Amino acid sequence: MTAASFEQALDQVTRVPGVRGAMLVTGDDGLVVAEHLMEGIRGPAVAALAASLATRLRRAMQAAGTGSGQFWQLLCEQGGLMVVPGKSGILVVAITAPDVNAGLVRLELLRAAEGVA
Amino acid sequence: MTVRAVESWTLQPLNGYVHEAGARLVLLMTPAGQVLAQFGFTRAVDVMAAAALGAAIMASTTELARQLGQPPFAALNHQGQRHGIFLSGLTTGRGPLVVLAVYDLDVSSLGLVQLFFEQLVTDLRAASPREGVPKQVLAADFERELNESLSTLFGR
Repeated sequence: MTAASFEQALDQVTRVPGVRGAMLVTGDDGLVVAEHLMEGIRGPAVAALAASLATRLRRAMQAAGTGSGQFWQLLCEQGGLMVVPGKSGILVVAITAPDVNAGLVRLELLRAAEGVA
Repeated sequence: MTVRAVESWTLQPLNGYVHEAGARLVLLMTPAGQVLAQFGFTRAVDVMAAAALGAAIMASTTELARQLGQPPFAALNHQGQRHGIFLSGLTTGRGPLVVLAVYDLDVSSLGLVQLFFEQLVTDLRAASPREGVPKQVLAADFERELNESLSTLFGR
């Protein structure tokens, strides 16, 4: 994978109306690999906290015997967070508006995750 | 386990950092290795060793940067299989300081440790006293002051 292909993967996600930004984040470290964000979004903070949450969710799912997570979504009053863990340990993260087409974003996140695997 | 501090203004910022970043061990010290506060250490000898080694690493990387004609490196991270070490300098009204944080990779991450370090710097700057005239250290007082500091750091 090259930096250009990371950018291309994120570009497809951010083309979905209502997506405010997308990032590739290292799942273990919570560091930003690549990002396409609207101004005002604190990328490193979202990356660190999303990775921390993803780690805890993964443990919870393993403890529950459900296997590894494939997609999770957090809905808040003014927006949401959608995450797809890639096979290589990279998380594909989208920051969205509350009224976004979640199915379409999920599809693009899964495509991006395949691209960075 | 709580933060123990020789200088009380460091307590609140450091407590917040330990809680938020999920750090296992934290040292706040001067670049010379004089410890201002610690969290997680149980033995004085470990604090002294970690402070001396952390200060030495900072001195080495600062000199390396100087040789390269660069400003001092902002931070250093070193990860093992289970733990990570984060070492970074900062400036406050009290003067330049160094933070050494050890974190479990199961509990925290470099991203979290870095993220909340930014907050720690802001909090320490807000809480720090203005740098005064440096107090002269007399040989006669050195051992007594060192013992007092260690007693404070370990609550003895």
